[in-house]
This record gives sequence, C-alpha cells and structure tokens, in this order.
Amino acid sequence: MKRFTRRTSICALSFTVASAITLPAVPAVAQDDTISIGYAVARTGPNATGAGITTIPNYELWVDTVNKSGGLTMPDGSRRMIEVVEYDNRSSNEDLVRTIERLASQDEVDLILPPWGTGANLAIAPLMARFGYPQLAVTAVTDKAPEFAARWDRSFWMLGGGHDYAAGLVDVLSTARDAGTINDKVAVVSVADGFGIDLISGARPAFEEAGFELVYDESYPLGTSDFAAIMSEAQGSGADSFVAFSYPPGSFGMTKTAQSMGYNPKAFYISVGGAFPIYPGIADGKAEGVMAIGGVNADSPAIQEYFARHTEFVGNPPDSWASAITYASLEMLAQAIERVGLDHEALATEISTGTFDTVIGEVKLEDNQLRDLWWVGQWQGGAFRAINPADAEGASTPIIPKPEW
Amino acid sequence: MILTTLILGLVLGSTYALLALGLTLQYGIARIMNLAYGELTLVGAFVLVAVFQQLGLSPLIAMILIAPAGYALGWFLYQGMMRPLVKRSGARGRLEVDSILATFGLLFLIQGILLMLFGANFTSISYLDRGVNVLGVSVALNRLIAFGICVVAGGALVLALAKTRWGLIMRAVALTPGSAPLVGIDVNKVARQGFALGTALAVVAGASIAMYQTFSATDGVVFTMKALVIVIMGGVGNVKGALVAGIALGLLETFVATAIDPGLTLAATFAIFLVVLLWRPQGLFGAR
Repeated sequence: MKRFTRRTSICALSFTVASAITLPAVPAVAQDDTISIGYAVARTGPNATGAGITTIPNYELWVDTVNKSGGLTMPDGSRRMIEVVEYDNRSSNEDLVRTIERLASQDEVDLILPPWGTGANLAIAPLMARFGYPQLAVTAVTDKAPEFAARWDRSFWMLGGGHDYAAGLVDVLSTARDAGTINDKVAVVSVADGFGIDLISGARPAFEEAGFELVYDESYPLGTSDFAAIMSEAQGSGADSFVAFSYPPGSFGMTKTAQSMGYNPKAFYISVGGAFPIYPGIADGKAEGVMAIGGVNADSPAIQEYFARHTEFVGNPPDSWASAITYASLEMLAQAIERVGLDHEALATEISTGTFDTVIGEVKLEDNQLRDLWWVGQWQGGAFRAINPADAEGASTPIIPKPEW
Repeated sequence: MILTTLILGLVLGSTYALLALGLTLQYGIARIMNLAYGELTLVGAFVLVAVFQQLGLSPLIAMILIAPAGYALGWFLYQGMMRPLVKRSGARGRLEVDSILATFGLLFLIQGILLMLFGANFTSISYLDRGVNVLGVSVALNRLIAFGICVVAGGALVLALAKTRWGLIMRAVALTPGSAPLVGIDVNKVARQGFALGTALAVVAGASIAMYQTFSATDGVVFTMKALVIVIMGGVGNVKGALVAGIALGLLETFVATAIDPGLTLAATFAIFLVVLLWRPQGLFGAR
C-alpha cells in the first residue's frame, strides 16, 4: 500500500523504547518544626504497579497515621509532624539517582525512604551511603544482602534472598513427598529476568539435593503473555508439582491458563503476585491451595488490625508479602527516632542493634538484615497464610494436594 | 503434538494480528505513526472492565458499544490533534516525524489519565475462562473469541479494501495522497476515517485482551511494540500483511516454546524481524 522508510521505523522503535523515561516533578519546602521525609517512587512506568501496590500506599498510610496521632515523637518527648517531599522516578534509575541527589543536597530532607524494587535500591545504595542517610531497603530481594550490608553499613536489607525462598519451597514439597502425597517429579518454569534467574539457580541444586527430579525446567522471556504451550508441556510431564518463578503478569496468566485447560497439579506454586489481594479474583474465587512467595501470620491481631487499617485508608487490602514488612520498617524508623533522634549515624546504629515492636511482631535485625521472614504462603479459606518456615510461630499447615480448580 | 502447536499458535497469532490491524490502518491511510497506539488499546481494556464490573454488562455486548466509541475517539483525536500537523506538513517526511513526536506525548497523557482513573494495580476479569476442546486441544474460550473477532474484522477489512468503492478510495489516498484530490477525493475526510477506524480496532483489540489477560495502566508500550513489529514485518499499511505476519509470529512463538525452549521465543521473534528488515525492508507484503 505504502512505501515505508527504515528511518521511520527506527525512529518509531527508539521512541517506543525511550518511553520508559523522564519528566520533572514538583518540589516542596521543608520547615523547621516539621520532619521532612523525602522519597522518589515510581508513579509512572513499568515499576508503577509494584510501587503502587507495596510501597506508596504504606508510605501514605504511615505518614497519615503518624500525623493524625500528633507527629513523630522525639527523644525529648516533643512531637513533630511529618512533611513529605515526593518525586516520581518514572521507573528510571537515572531519574531516581538524580532525585535522590536533589532530596539530599537541595531539599535537604531529614530522611529518605527507599524506592520500590531490587534494582532501584541497589542503584541508590552508594549515593545514600555517600550522603549518610540510612536506607531501609525493604523491597529488595538479593542473595548478596550480607555483602551489601557490609559495604554500606547504613543499609538494611529486609526481604531475604532468592535462595531463601527456593529453599523454603523445596522444604514444603519435600515434606509432602515424604508423606507420600506427591511424587518426586517437579515441573518448573522461570522468568528470564533477575528475580526468576536468582530463584531458579537457588532452586535447582536444592531440588536435586532433596531427591526431586526436574522433569520440565524451562525459562520464558519477560513480557510473555501466552502460557498455553508451556502449561500443556508441564501438564504432560507427569509431575505432581508445578512451580513457577514468575512476576505478577506471568503468575496471573499461568493461573488462568491452568484453569481454562483443566490442569490440576497436586501442588501449584507461583511467585510474585500470588500474595496480592486481587489474586483470588483473578483465580475466579478458586485460589484455595495455591502456594506463592511470602505470607503473613493471618491469625496475629496486629496483622489483622494492619490489614483493616490499610483497607480503610487505601481502599483495598495490602499484599501479603512485602507490604507488612514495608510498614514494619517505617514503624522501626519511628521508634528509632523516638530513641535517638534524627542524627543519621545514631539512627543507623539504633536500627541495626535495637529491638522494635511492629505489625509483624518483634523485630531485631541480624547483620543489618531481617531474617525472620516467611518464605512460602498458601491461600487457605480466603487468607494468604504463611506455611514455611513450618516451625516458626504462627505457621499454618499446608494443604497438599490442592483442591481442584 | 504438531496439531497442538498449530492450534495454540493460530489462536495466539490471531490475537497478535488483531492488535496490529489498527496500527497498520492508521499509518497506511492517515500516515500517522501512532506511538500512543498501545495506550489506546488499554483505554478499550479498562473501559471494558469498568463497564463489566460497574454495570454488569456482558463483555461481548460491551465490545459492540466500545467499537463505535473508539471510532468517535479516533475521529476527535484526528480532528483536534493530527489535523493541524497534516495541514502544515508539505512533504511527507515531516508528517511522519511530527506525528511520532506528537503521539509520543499523547502516550504519556493517556497513561497519566489511566493511572489517575484506574490506579497502578493489575486489572483482570474472569469471563468465559474455560477450556474448549478444539480437535483434541484445550483452548481458552475467551481466546477463541479473540480469534473470531480477528478473522471477522481482518477478513472484512481485506475484502472491503479490495472489492468496494470505499476501499478503492482508501487505497487511492494511501497510495498517492497528493493526487487523490484530483479525482475528487476528500483526502482529509478519508484520512480521518482511516485513523478513526484504526482507533476503533485498537480499542476492540484492547477489549478482547482484557478478557484473557491481566494488564496494568503502564502496559501500553508492550502492546505498541508488538504491534509495531508485526506492522513493519507485514509491510506498513498492509492489512493482509499484518494478518499474515501476526499469525506467523504466533505460530513461530508457539513452535519455539514447545519444540526448542520457551526462553527463546523473544529471540526468535526479533531474529525473524531482523531478517525481514534486512531482506525486505518494505515488509513481507510491502511494495517497493
């Protein structure tokens, strides 16, 4: 019909690629009798979804709760209100780093809260260390956390590493296999991106060591939307357990595909997204028995109260993995400020060594890391309950085999 | 095994082709390279979900309402935003660059509005999410519907463009917009129709995506990218080319995923894309 030039296509493609970037944001002024807290979170771009579920609602809920109660308590007993300086990092690490520099040197905020995501937290870690701000990196899953905590001594890593989650899952499946509920064959798929690679590289040796046979073990590219081929291969593999180290779109897509094709493995595990409050809706109300990463102690009154408060303020319940931990990290910050004030060094030392009372219970960091975490959770009776580590207080008993869709 | 790959691939490919139809029309007839295309499909998807959840309207009926609404949206977009660009562009190259820049801005505008209205959360509905047996292969019913829409819309377009007087006028404007007025064709009107029709197809594609896939307000770029690759492979502005390229891509991805490695689907897509660009830069069906 029409001749098309290579220049047009290259121009168009490069613009499309570039559309995950840039635009400035609105600054705000800090006053003396308030505590200014700055953060640069992804309001737009690919990270907006993750930040919009786990990070931003908890920041807003916490600031609202603190300010309604009269502000943050200082060591001398006085109260100071929180003033927020917020920027959109547009899901771009370049913008994020520029904004953190601006928050530290131009806005001179008292404290900086971290952005959402492993990559983003790693990107700002050197900068936060240079400016001396404590960094409560909650939404960062990395096996190198001990290394990072040693390199930047004011950074705190609170979500464990890929190997931890993989080992937790293998533990759950081993127990079920030893009880004779499932066979020793596992079908596993993983997204070919940082998180999926981390988890699968931790899971392969762990599965083999536990005596499992990986009869289907494939990766798929980020952005895959059709899982019909993968799921039909997994279905035909003879494995009783289906494991996906996936991001939310993949987790949701695989759930729907498994349902529509009538694939009913005895153990069905997905990763990120499985603990989201919208998951039961996506599973068409048949989420019972689905396992996923994370989990909360659903019987704990503190968690129930937090879920209710979150639902009332934000309009929907929090996710059952990193949300409660994000909120707990802010409670830790508030308690540390109450004990030692706003001096960054004293604050970092207090967070590192102190014991805090939070929505996830009593928290004490080990080597700047939160290790008392839930690795595997499962939908049981409408709540996403933690099932591993099985010996931890508040763990529920896994339901395996999973009821049919 | 081969039959499974074939059927799953056809169904997947048709959803790709449906996604690309509107973009190829917009560029072919209105000569607007619409980078906000993916955002327009998302508008369709979000509207479908909103209508389904708030009003309880069946997605299939909603889709029949969404299509003319999309046509109207495209009509106003063209009249308000593209028309001034077309007016001031003498040479053809200028309009291409201008429209890329303008729609690049539009992309952020629509994304911002969607984020404000619907939030950043993942959105999904369950509708006809059950398997249907097609020659022994279980295919999700909602994907089959998308396949049907693709066949009907694509087939109707190909026929209309080839056989009707309206199609002849469309083709005349696409081929030589400069000479079309000489034979009494209102180029502005035809281009507007082309753009509006493309937008209608975009929102219908989005609405059908909403039935089977989870999406969020920031996913538009992914759809634009996929559509762009298919459009360029098929030959820009070539409806038949977009259909064939979309289905070929679906078949290829499914074949690679089952026979070789699901990790290589993206690599295979772009390998083919590269080969087409090197060997036939005008696209599989494009005229040189």
